[in-house]
Amino acid sequence: MSLLNRTKPLLVAVVAIAVMAVLPLLNLSIPGVLPTPTYQPGALSLLALCMVFAAFALSYNLLLGTAGLLSFGHALAFGAGAYGLGIVLERTGLPLWAALVVSLVAALVLAQVTGAISLRVDGIPFAMVTLAFAQAGSVLVRRNPGDSTGGDEGLRLDSDQVPGWMVGVDNTRNLYWLALLVLVVVYGVVLWIDRSRVGHVAAAARENELRVRVLGLTPYAARLVVFTTAGVLAALAGALYLLLQSGAVPHVVSADLTITVLVMVVLGGVGARWGVIVGAVLYTLLNQRLAIVAHSDAVESLPDVLRVPLSEPMFILGTLFILVVMFAPGGIAGAAGALTRQRRSGPDAAAASAAGAARREARAHLEDADSETPAEVRR
Amino acid sequence: MSTLILLLVTGLGLGALYFLVASGLSLIYGLMHVLNFAHGSFLTLGAFLGWMTAQRLGAESWGGFALSLVVGAAVGAAIAVATELLLIRPLYERHIEQVLVTVGLSLATVALFEGIWGSDARFITGPPWLDETTSLFGARIPNDRFLVIGFAVVVLAAIVLFLKHTRYGTIIRAGVENRAMVTALGIDVRRSFTLVFSIGGAAAGLGGVLAAHYFGYVSPSLGGSLLIFAFIVTVIGGLGSLPGAAIASVLVAELQQLANYYLGGTGDFVVVVALAAVLLVRPTGLMGARA
Repeated sequence: MSLLNRTKPLLVAVVAIAVMAVLPLLNLSIPGVLPTPTYQPGALSLLALCMVFAAFALSYNLLLGTAGLLSFGHALAFGAGAYGLGIVLERTGLPLWAALVVSLVAALVLAQVTGAISLRVDGIPFAMVTLAFAQAGSVLVRRNPGDSTGGDEGLRLDSDQVPGWMVGVDNTRNLYWLALLVLVVVYGVVLWIDRSRVGHVAAAARENELRVRVLGLTPYAARLVVFTTAGVLAALAGALYLLLQSGAVPHVVSADLTITVLVMVVLGGVGARWGVIVGAVLYTLLNQRLAIVAHSDAVESLPDVLRVPLSEPMFILGTLFILVVMFAPGGIAGAAGALTRQRRSGPDAAAASAAGAARREARAHLEDADSETPAEVRR
Repeated sequence: MSTLILLLVTGLGLGALYFLVASGLSLIYGLMHVLNFAHGSFLTLGAFLGWMTAQRLGAESWGGFALSLVVGAAVGAAIAVATELLLIRPLYERHIEQVLVTVGLSLATVALFEGIWGSDARFITGPPWLDETTSLFGARIPNDRFLVIGFAVVVLAAIVLFLKHTRYGTIIRAGVENRAMVTALGIDVRRSFTLVFSIGGAAAGLGGVLAAHYFGYVSPSLGGSLLIFAFIVTVIGGLGSLPGAAIASVLVAELQQLANYYLGGTGDFVVVVALAAVLLVRPTGLMGARA
């Protein structure tokens, strides 16, 4: 039983990855969700975008879910990946993979420096300081220093610089697979950090910083490692975004994008890795679909009182976000967890008369849920 | 010389706007430990409704202008109270969730404003006197700068007097120091939460109308852009400290103005560098007592 419980998540993950991997070879249509059948570029690039944001959201979950750090500057790391790779490619003429390594190292240094300063404060002040750094990055990108970022126009990816198998609409499939690979890698790193000593110290400091200090451990160092890792992973997602969108626009360094990723994580369930992925995918699809609904005839013909709010996707997403925070703090993962617990304990609860059995059951739940339990943000 | 004076007075005007936003933020944070991301929306709504009021009554008349200020402040206070009662209070003591709710509110409201008024800036006019200039040591300074500075000083004085000389002010100050003690004395701190929110909202709404005249336009993004600097001001000044917010507002705005003029438009950047420097030397801010 316990072996099955332990291998079940792995099994589910392998099946999910396999399904995602063969999607480009199948002809599935999901009307209303995907614009085209799954083997065509339209659906594939949308799904790849979902995976970019899922990877980004996973990296943000490392900050908020694992370390309890509410950052408002995470877009800075994402933007550093996107613009960093673009600029390195354009300026140095390095091959793609070398340029990627260079830009990730640059992102690591950036995350290390901004993290070292922002982590001098924690809680709400930390949120404000990270926001200020991201704002500085945003201003810098818009100002186009040395003609490097393209200002408001954005940066265009030069297609000569990337391998042929990534270029062109026909090769969207390859980019899709690359996105899937990046998502798996990011998931793996996040899982590794969560299970590592550093991750445990950061998580413990989230719950009770004083205790961690008394034990002779340094929360600051653990947080800095988590912050830097999250930054590099976000930069990786950003680099992928650049390849997928063939360019970067100032929006990717804006406070809006940080808020977007925050919404994804909270929607999915803070601290729940798979929930965060679901949240990111759901957000990306909703954002896409709501924009189309907003311009539909049905909405256009409504009276102003209804038409104006419904034609603004961000209004709907913002309201949805407020409702989730207020009434479903665990997000999608929390709601799903509550459902399965109810179902499992329903008929069994009557049978389990002895207190010992109930306790054993509770422990079993804790064990199989320990990796996926949404750590509620309550600080 | 006259350029420098113009820069300094204009910077003081900008600082006054920052203070009007930051005072509410700082009071709310000091008492409730809530970082209010929707504060910028209070300001924007105040600015838009104030502008509409002034248009009805004639934008160029002093009566219209005065009423637009009153409407701006009242609207800011009303939406702030509604936010506190409906969104903040149900999440009692859950600070991160309280922040998240205000983030959602700012997201939804900015989108709503764009839906109602469009995302482009609307250029506005006020009484002609505001566009005229006054000579001060050879510098020709637009009159609206003086007006903004005057209002900020009045708001600062009013809040300080309120905090020092009224019963609620005493409760609020005590609540900032030690909320548990105030509650233990049998005083309902929640009522002062609502009050602080309404004061902050009124200052933001008033600031919105004044900001619209200072910049010459209203737009849905007006509040958001001021809010980021208000955040920086609150951190530099020391969270929860009103004098800190006042001093930091002026310092940040002057630094920004001077850097924009003398250092090739690097104002925003210099401000963030200043923030980093302050944090490295003094993580609690200039006037912050506790971490």
